[in-house]
Amino acid sequence: MLSRTADHLFWMARYMERAENTARMLDVNYQASLLPQAADAAEKGWKGLLGISELTGDFAKNYGAVTPDNVMRYMVSDAQNGSSIRNCLQAARENARAVRGTLTTEVWETQNQTWLEFQRMVASESFLRDPSNLFEWVKFRSHLSRGVTVGTMLQDEAFHFLRIGSFLERADNTARLLDVKFHAVESEYYGGSNGSGAKDIEVDFYHWSGILRSVSGFEVYRKAYRNVIRPEKVAELLILRPDMPRSLAACMHEVVTNLKMVANEQSTETLRRAGRLQADLQYGRIDEILATGLHAYLTQFLDRVGTLGVGISRDFLVPVAA
Amino acid sequence: MRPAFDEMRADSHTVREHYRGYDRWLGQQPNDVMLSRREEAEVIFRRVGITFAVYGAKDEDGHGNERLIPFDLIPRVIPSHEWVEMEKGLAQRVAALNRFIHDVYHDQEIIKAGHVPAEQILKNAQFRPEMMGVDVPGGIYSHISGIDIIRAANTDGSGSYYVLEDNLRVPSGVSYMLEDRKMMMRLFPELFSQHRVAPVAHYPDLLLETLRSVAPASVNEPTVVVLTPGMHNSAYFEHAFLAQQMGIELVEGQDLFVKDNFVYMRTTQGPKRVDVIYRRVDDDFLDPEVFRKDSTLGCAGLLRAYRAGNVTLSNAIGTGVADDKSIYPYVPKMIEFYLGEKPILHNVPTYLCREADDLKYVMANLHELVVKEVHGAGGYGMLIGPAATKAEIEDFRKAVQANPSGYIAQPTLSLSTCPTYVESGIAPRHIDLRPFVLSGKEVQMVPGGLTRVALKEGSLVVNSSQGGGTKDTWVLED
Repeated sequence: MLSRTADHLFWMARYMERAENTARMLDVNYQASLLPQAADAAEKGWKGLLGISELTGDFAKNYGAVTPDNVMRYMVSDAQNGSSIRNCLQAARENARAVRGTLTTEVWETQNQTWLEFQRMVASESFLRDPSNLFEWVKFRSHLSRGVTVGTMLQDEAFHFLRIGSFLERADNTARLLDVKFHAVESEYYGGSNGSGAKDIEVDFYHWSGILRSVSGFEVYRKAYRNVIRPEKVAELLILRPDMPRSLAACMHEVVTNLKMVANEQSTETLRRAGRLQADLQYGRIDEILATGLHAYLTQFLDRVGTLGVGISRDFLVPVAA
Repeated sequence: MRPAFDEMRADSHTVREHYRGYDRWLGQQPNDVMLSRREEAEVIFRRVGITFAVYGAKDEDGHGNERLIPFDLIPRVIPSHEWVEMEKGLAQRVAALNRFIHDVYHDQEIIKAGHVPAEQILKNAQFRPEMMGVDVPGGIYSHISGIDIIRAANTDGSGSYYVLEDNLRVPSGVSYMLEDRKMMMRLFPELFSQHRVAPVAHYPDLLLETLRSVAPASVNEPTVVVLTPGMHNSAYFEHAFLAQQMGIELVEGQDLFVKDNFVYMRTTQGPKRVDVIYRRVDDDFLDPEVFRKDSTLGCAGLLRAYRAGNVTLSNAIGTGVADDKSIYPYVPKMIEFYLGEKPILHNVPTYLCREADDLKYVMANLHELVVKEVHGAGGYGMLIGPAATKAEIEDFRKAVQANPSGYIAQPTLSLSTCPTYVESGIAPRHIDLRPFVLSGKEVQMVPGGLTRVALKEGSLVVNSSQGGGTKDTWVLED
């Protein structure tokens, strides 16, 4: 397969996944903002969200006050913001268009229609009246995009590069989400369990269940642990559980499986690094991770995922001229 | 000017034989059903992304420049006996054109015989001296030819087909022919059970067969690719579509490189040899080593590989010398000269402004002639005398006088009309026809071609870049 084609496929999948994860995080913040909470706590949530995407400065320059509507405008429909859902969906569609001949008709049409419908939905700002509805829609378009890929594409190289893109991006996004949410409450991390009052326990519950819901993990958590929601269990679920589809372990498993399928002469080192990262997750323990510090752990993980992306690009997507 | 020949109606009471079945069916369709079908077609075309790009245009949301080509619900119907004749004429014409190009780049017998003036060929901007003496597989240069045909009314009310133009460089539009048929079958399946419409869906198969048949002789299993200028090109949809339909790679210049006079593409598994390139990039941009130095659309060294016989370009370099408007008047002579046959398809009578007598006539009759730039395309750079303002005519007069050899003129033949959906209902609109002729080991084509329709009332310009639409084209078995 052409390197350029693989590049477009990889980025098409990444942008679609990024749009979905952005919608998920926005939704969680929006839902949380409907709960009774102090104004500064709410603002902290929105600021954290901008921080995840490394957009705090850009937002401040263009919007000023951190209000829910402003952040949603910025992250949903702002054409100037490279990370807005709008720009992710457009980039996914443009990448698809560049290789439409490689995609099945269904995959291309799904991608194209998502972009066309999205533009209609955000043409007016009426989506701000019921933003959850829009976020749900984005999630489902992403489900559809993945489903139609799995359901119609020949499982050849094109398919593997799409999968690598999806899961590398998801690993990155889940790690960022965890980092910002745990970081935000670091001081009160064990607040609830220290027996400080019912109010704190309640706040904790909504905080942790919010994170779970943003990765569709609330019901999964109950099923897996049959217990009250504990931060270290939440971290374990999202980092180490191989059966949780949005966990770092599950994502890396997919990345490695698909990388093996496309391996070439120069990809040995990239494959080794990916395998190493997967093994670390497979044999890791949550108490060890927490003991070394979650933030440090996740920062390192994000670095390693970043390096993998560079390696994949160098080995397959933009090979040096022969 | 005579009234136009209408494809459907002989007069206001009489529907032509081959349209009777359709007319009966149309009469039974409630208006609102047809309306909703039109909307449905538009939604589907948008979703499928059957668009073309207009240079410099922006669409409503200001981001891109993708437009839909309007699709009309009423098919253009050609009776089978007319098509059989046309097919023979097309095969004959394209065979002669291929012989001509070979001759131009070899012995130039036609010049020696005095049928075409030497400077018409040698000073033509489309003549490529780099091609002199280069042998191409089978001696075939134009593997894909789009021949534009119109039908004009005769004095007795009958119609005659004329060739308006040959397109031997990178003719486009075939994807619309295929998609229009798919759309018609989707919207009106019952029509196809009532009519015996000759199928066209095997075109990509014929195209692939043609491309494989002209691979370098030493290659057993040729790797064929489509070369596109990229997704911002106006015909990108078609390039992607054809590559997909043939199951071959769609490459851009940056994907190719030449090493030791062989062409390779960069793949995820390392370099892979390329044997046949169906290029949708103009000659000028193919190889910065030889043609335009600033081109990033082609691949450096391509011409070296080509001249060494290690890769086939489809169409060959330098075919433009045969489809130039200044060469067009000589095509009937070519057919007689190379094939010893009488032309089956006729040319539109043409005045060459480079010749003094013709120029004089053209200058005196600008108001009733169509004047075209010899190198113009896409309906740009042309004057339609009867429809032009005084000022436009005077501007053109100056332009022609300044550079007579840059222009030709033809009588204003009214293109035939076909009933078409417009704002006010159904009304006749002018149409043409572009059949696609494939030349490899043998000459092949699918029945019919692409029918383009000028949607503006009275307009004779069918080009999509100027508001033209398309129709499904039926060749009806008798």
